[in-house]
Amino acid sequence: MSTASRPTADQVWQWLAEVEDPEIPVISIVDLGIVREVRWHGEDDEAECVVALTPTYSGCPATHVIEQSVRQALRAHGLPRVRTLTRISPPWTTDWMSDEGKRKLREYGIAPPVGSASAQFIPVADIGRGGRPASSGLPDCPRCGSGDVALTSQFGSTPCKALYRCKACLEPFDHFKCH
Amino acid sequence: MRDEKLEFLFRLGDTALVLSQRLTEWVGKGPALEEDMALANTALDLIGQARLWLAYAGEIEGRGRTEDDLAYLRDAHEFRNVLLVEQPNGDYADTLMRQFLFDSWHLLLLDGLAASADERIAAIADKARKEVTYHLRRSADLVVRLGDGTPESHRRMQRALDDLWMFTGELFEADEVEQAVEAQGIARGVAQLREAWLAQLQGTLVAATLVLPPLDAWMQRGGKQGRHSEHMGFLLAEMQFMQRAYPGLQW
Repeated sequence: MSTASRPTADQVWQWLAEVEDPEIPVISIVDLGIVREVRWHGEDDEAECVVALTPTYSGCPATHVIEQSVRQALRAHGLPRVRTLTRISPPWTTDWMSDEGKRKLREYGIAPPVGSASAQFIPVADIGRGGRPASSGLPDCPRCGSGDVALTSQFGSTPCKALYRCKACLEPFDHFKCH
Repeated sequence: MRDEKLEFLFRLGDTALVLSQRLTEWVGKGPALEEDMALANTALDLIGQARLWLAYAGEIEGRGRTEDDLAYLRDAHEFRNVLLVEQPNGDYADTLMRQFLFDSWHLLLLDGLAASADERIAAIADKARKEVTYHLRRSADLVVRLGDGTPESHRRMQRALDDLWMFTGELFEADEVEQAVEAQGIARGVAQLREAWLAQLQGTLVAATLVLPPLDAWMQRGGKQGRHSEHMGFLLAEMQFMQRAYPGLQW
């Protein structure tokens, strides 16, 4: 592929915005904030498209599937040479999730992260003192919108989620944790 | 010459891996569905961290061993995990107390490593400590709820604390490996973590109405040097069975 005819990085970003997260297929990997960089490396036939990805959690089993999906999607758009890189620093945070991604999560029935992850950092000295967790940062029910919710389980069906229930409409729901 | 950084990476990776293996033994038989999921998710975070540490160890070692080779094809005396994490799950009080004692130490350790002179170590620690903060929130919360719960749950939590106490000394033991990595700016000295750890522990134990065991109690040691308890062989037999029986098997 000649340097002049290859697609721009912006175009590649648009294609990646169509690659679904395998665990939550309603949002794309770009919405999730795990695509950190797209660039070209080398010239002409040697040129490869390099995509840097940041895994959400260290043990997330979707990481490998996502790399494969990226290569597959870009090959389908005619890019013969694609290389994915894993970049763990700076660590992924839900602050990188797009507003569009949060809206799609809510529509899908998953309460999106609330507020900024850094603002919710609990000082270690305050952990395990028997106090009740602060009520700020609680999600709203994605079905009825009520703020009257309660935590059922700190861990849910994937590492990135916790399980809540709505005390107004009585439905259980997943909450994408602030991280 | 022994590579102290490599030795240190084995300690980090093996400790995360072995505790992960212990926690997965609960999967499918946790006392409640929420607890089952919590242990499985904690185990998943730890195995992800173990993979990052051991992959780096394999690269430094330079013998072409991957993180899988290191996890599945080493024998007990080659493992460098602390003794605390290989202790059997016991009852739920034992499992939770082990987790709390570990999490509170682990977070302090990772906070220090996030400022490591080694960029790769700093990056892994910075990522891992976000996960471990969440682990500690849960384990500390449950220690308080069960310690300050029924007479039966209180009795079991105190017994678990007393039983596990002798395995906590090793966490702060600075041998020549730890001294060398501290001198190289790779890690903060583990002995320096003890004061902060005790303060963390005290706060939670007071809220949990539990009594801290004597600070000068006799302490067991040896895991970091590869001398393990009798439980280690059984743990590895289960974890490594597949690769031992069918070498190179993939699926």
